Amino acid sequence: MIPLFRGILRIPPTALLGMAVVFAYGFVAVFAHWIAPFGESEVVSSQYDPWGGAFLLGTDNIGRDMFSRLIYGARNTVGIALLISLLSFSAGGLLGMFAAVRGGWIDTALCWLVDILMAIPQLIYALLLLTIFGTAVPVLIAVVALLDSTRVFRLARSVAMNVVVLDFVEAARLRGEGLWWIVRREVLPNVLPPLIAEFGVRFCFVFLFISALSFLGIGIQPPTADWGSMVRDNATLITFGDITPVLPGLAIAILTIAVNFIVDWVLGKASGGRA
Amino acid sequence: MTKGGLLLEIRDLRIEARTAGGAWNEIVHGVDLDLHRGEILGLIGESGAGKSTIGLAAMGYAREGCRIAGGSIRFDGVDLATAGEGTKRRLRGARIAYVAQSAAAAFNPAQRLIDQYAEAPVRHGVRTKAQAYEDAKALYRRMQMPDPEHIGYRYPHQVSGGQLQRAMTAMAMACRPDLIIFDEPTTALDVTTQIEVLASIKDVVRQFDTAAIYITHDLAVVAQMADRIKVLQYGREVEEAPAATMMAEPREAYTRSLWAVRHLEKPAAAAPKLDPVLSVRNVTAAYGRGVTVLDDVSVDLHRGRTVAVVGESGSGKSTLARVIAGLLPPVAGEVTIDGGPLSPDLAGRNREDRQRIQMIYQMADTALNPRQKIGDIIGRPMEFYLGLEPAAVKARVAEMLEMIELPADFAGRYPGELSGGQKQRIGIARALAAEPEVVICDEVTSALDQLVAEGILKLLMRLQRQMKLSYLFITHELATVKAIADDVVVMRHGRVVDRGTKAEVLFPPRRDYTRTLLDSVPEMDTRWLDNLLAARG
Repeated sequence: MIPLFRGILRIPPTALLGMAVVFAYGFVAVFAHWIAPFGESEVVSSQYDPWGGAFLLGTDNIGRDMFSRLIYGARNTVGIALLISLLSFSAGGLLGMFAAVRGGWIDTALCWLVDILMAIPQLIYALLLLTIFGTAVPVLIAVVALLDSTRVFRLARSVAMNVVVLDFVEAARLRGEGLWWIVRREVLPNVLPPLIAEFGVRFCFVFLFISALSFLGIGIQPPTADWGSMVRDNATLITFGDITPVLPGLAIAILTIAVNFIVDWVLGKASGGRA
Repeated sequence: MTKGGLLLEIRDLRIEARTAGGAWNEIVHGVDLDLHRGEILGLIGESGAGKSTIGLAAMGYAREGCRIAGGSIRFDGVDLATAGEGTKRRLRGARIAYVAQSAAAAFNPAQRLIDQYAEAPVRHGVRTKAQAYEDAKALYRRMQMPDPEHIGYRYPHQVSGGQLQRAMTAMAMACRPDLIIFDEPTTALDVTTQIEVLASIKDVVRQFDTAAIYITHDLAVVAQMADRIKVLQYGREVEEAPAATMMAEPREAYTRSLWAVRHLEKPAAAAPKLDPVLSVRNVTAAYGRGVTVLDDVSVDLHRGRTVAVVGESGSGKSTLARVIAGLLPPVAGEVTIDGGPLSPDLAGRNREDRQRIQMIYQMADTALNPRQKIGDIIGRPMEFYLGLEPAAVKARVAEMLEMIELPADFAGRYPGELSGGQKQRIGIARALAAEPEVVICDEVTSALDQLVAEGILKLLMRLQRQMKLSYLFITHELATVKAIADDVVVMRHGRVVDRGTKAEVLFPPRRDYTRTLLDSVPEMDTRWLDNLLAARG
């Protein structure tokens, strides 16, 4: 118990704070059903009730409890963003390293493909694909993950390129190691630090991207609670000086900062620094 | 030689470095140093002896993470240890200059040489730009650079390493400083290039009566350059004496051990009788289209023997290693092992073929994956080639570590926690873990200090005797050849100039080029450079 305690003490306070916030978000997301006082899409009152009373943060444009929807939103938005980031990082990262190690025409072909995907602005591409394939959640995840993985691919490939030319990779090739072994054992540990740093940033971008899509009406579909569409639904309140619509945005901002606190710490550890 | 007044007086210099924990740790423990005008002082020692740190401190500078903790550095009456940044900045470049080891890294690749030369004198207001250009050309001529009128208008990548190092020395001379600090200026150069650079440095330093601190780990070089020599170890002075005295009769045991390294010599062996274990036959190789790097090269390596492949950089010796390893399929010719042909392409070789030939690299830093533990690095070939179980691998790794004279608990460490020499030993262990027949050693000692290199060479020879290994030893250092080779192949411009046993090829040299190479190796005689230059006219 004491070594564990010492270990925690050695973690910088910012990272501890970040972990606490992320843990709280996770807890809320998992146990949303028990924590939220009302249902996700349950109409419980009239429109735009003020804060206080039975409705802690008032009600939204069709009389649903704002507080309950914020809690359910954590589950939907955070869950989907996390899934997308993990997908895009495993796909983009692995393909990037694969291209760097394999080289030759496969590398060239993959780069072309990624260039084509990147040539069209991400938002427009997403609009196009989501319009074609519909806006079901699995489609949304697949489309955003695909678009996002192009950036990860670029990064992973360029970092891996610098590793591939080193002698220890040549030694592994000479030994006759397979491609997968070289990617996993020789290259991956050495490209991990920049990828982790990128994860923190990209996770937040994905978050914002989904919110933007939801705001445009092609993201997570109503009545599912989602922070992006909650901003849109209640946007009119801002004109009356009510800050309620800003709350989902605030939730996003706090999580973004918390995630980056953790990433900074992991990055310091992974790159062998003194942090 | 008459010397002027005292120029630099360092007393009880203490320098501290910050450790990973944030505490300050003393690395230079009270060194005294005197330098008179026009005098050259050689600082010598292994890496970690603090010679570069002291050299930089002579400019009042401490590296990132270091600080001057005590003592005085009086340069012409000014104490640099306590002087303000402004004072120091006016001195640096103008009255104290610095020549770094790697000229290629010290020049700005985006500016012409002559513009970089002119920067300091113009900035310090000593010369106008036009005057600085004229000075530069005069100096380039004096340093015997080819085409001195125009070479300054080239970019750093357009001149050779030796020329770049001379341009750097010329740049240091630009403000006619009182003191120049040379930090291993010729370490990265070939022996033949090194001579030209040494001669130029010595000449200009004499002409302008500049004082210099010459930092190096090469004793023979310091013998040519210095009036006095100071030997350092672990941030302390071991001894100091005039160069000739120091060469002839070093007092301390540590100094004598440094001196002894160069006398390592493998006894001559009789010419081999059996068929060669590895044979390179009439190999021609090229990079891309047209640029031939190897031209009709044949080399035989016999079991239990060492073939040293010697040549300057660009002679194709590393390319030969790549061809044998299968990394560069040759255009013509073939490589055979135990009489059987080897596939020219790596993809065509099976696991047994690969196991028979292992490589040890020059730069142990890049040859070991920094994110793998030593135990995994050495253990992988055993698992891969010999199919050992994890428990057997663990036991064998412990044996290997003992064999390379490292403690068993190193298995749990990462390469970053090891010194350069220890890393190279791990590289050797990884190659031997595969139980190969042939080991290609590509400049394995070039990046190491002499004492450490000696340890590596002795280890390689002991392992050769124990395991009947055959080495193909690529090097540009003739001292190493004397120490380890049975047979020698001399290469130049991708062709074999001479081959045979060590005695046949080197003692005495049969070919002119071999003689030039041998003559270019500095000897432990303070008059050697002068004599050689006089002899060459």
